[in-house]
Amino acid sequence: MNQNNKMKKLVTIMVLMLGLQITMVQNLNAQKVYATKTGQIFFNATGGAVPIAAVNNQVDSKFVETTGQIIFGVLIKGFKFENQLMEDHFNENYMESTQYPKADFKGYIKNIKEVDFTKEGSYPIKIEGSLTIHGTPQNVATTGTIQIKEGKPAIVGEFSVKIKDYGIKGLYIGEKIANEAKIKVNCKYQN
Amino acid sequence: MRLRYVCIGTIIFLLATAHAKAQTVDLFADTSNTLSSTATDITTGTFKSTRIVNGQSIENVGAGILDFRILHRFGALSQGGYNFFGLDQATMRLGLDYGINSRLMIGIGRSTFEKQYDAFLKFRIIRQQTGKHTIPFSLSYASSLMYKSLHDAVTTYTPYVSDKFSYAHQFLLASKVNDYFSFQLTPTMIHYNMVDNKTIPNDFYSLGLGFRQRISKRVNITTEYYHRFNSLEGYNDPLSVGVDIETGGHVFQLHVSNSTGMTERTFINETAGSWAKGDLRFGFNISRVFTLRKPKDLRAIKW
Repeated sequence: MNQNNKMKKLVTIMVLMLGLQITMVQNLNAQKVYATKTGQIFFNATGGAVPIAAVNNQVDSKFVETTGQIIFGVLIKGFKFENQLMEDHFNENYMESTQYPKADFKGYIKNIKEVDFTKEGSYPIKIEGSLTIHGTPQNVATTGTIQIKEGKPAIVGEFSVKIKDYGIKGLYIGEKIANEAKIKVNCKYQN
Repeated sequence: MRLRYVCIGTIIFLLATAHAKAQTVDLFADTSNTLSSTATDITTGTFKSTRIVNGQSIENVGAGILDFRILHRFGALSQGGYNFFGLDQATMRLGLDYGINSRLMIGIGRSTFEKQYDAFLKFRIIRQQTGKHTIPFSLSYASSLMYKSLHDAVTTYTPYVSDKFSYAHQFLLASKVNDYFSFQLTPTMIHYNMVDNKTIPNDFYSLGLGFRQRISKRVNITTEYYHRFNSLEGYNDPLSVGVDIETGGHVFQLHVSNSTGMTERTFINETAGSWAKGDLRFGFNISRVFTLRKPKDLRAIKW
């Protein structure tokens, strides 16, 4: 009898602890991560008469609501040009995308605290971090906007990179291809 | 006693999981990069042009792209100095190719050789890719029809219009091994609506082999050979060796071949020249692409 009572007590304690554990975990999960795998990045490096522009619709991005930590990742071969020949030249002659298949960004949204994720609207943000293209990391600082719509955030931003900063070489840079490439980001996140 | 162990075990488990969950989320430390397993990476640039030399390559023109092609073949080197080693003569094919979508392309052409008209379609069935799925090869189907408008010698039989058509069906199986090397196998069937006499079959089978070897960023060496399993008498297997040179918006293909024709029927089945006898012809293909329809996402963006 004594043994049985002891057991009941222990089981009660364990159940209580499990319950506590679950509530704790839920509280900690408030550190919310927003993610997308279908973000868009555009770039434009038109230097001459022929437009040199591309889009990538498979951008992988995540950010943390509390810390403002943000990452972007793309496969270089995922950039689609208006013409296949240009795309092949981009991959094989300039980006060497077999050797350097990915580009990524790791940084922080500096003023994430100013964004109210519960209220619809458009919030200007400052982003700083390290952008790696062609295996070469460079520090980048830019501004953008977080738009909250139906409880889901979207980030749009625009900045420029100097192609030569990333060790990208090839004919036509500075001629048909501009020295600076404009980059536009458009990512809609899921909760 | 046992109960106590269970109890301690539970507490340790709870503490351990609590600790794991209490860590702050660090995206930078997340090495489980999902990108390469979710994003599809389609292999491009297996060959540098939609033709290896004369025959179809696994490449298509992109959606909304019009490709104006001028194919030019000189006479045979073996004709000697009087014909300036073949350069006095020339035959050509003018063609327009268009990409309907990323998988389907169509094209039309007119050759001076036998005054032919031709039309073709090429469809990508499987595309070489890595990422979500890994497929190490590409497969396409190409079909062409050729009409020979050259007047036949007058005989007792007056041919119908349909007699002057022939057809080619090809499966293109290609793999880009790396940036430097690609190859293609091309099983081919060519059908003649009319042949010279009853002993000659209407269908001819052959297997094409094609290679691309990159030698510098913008220069590739190509080779194309067709082995015929049954053949018309008096003709040889076609063998061509070429150089693809890429510049901004063009690909120049310069080559040496023993064939004259530039349609499947004429170059695969009816190559009269022989490498052994020096019947080599210099030729070139020029391709210029025009974007008629931009991809939707690029159309929308304003810079």
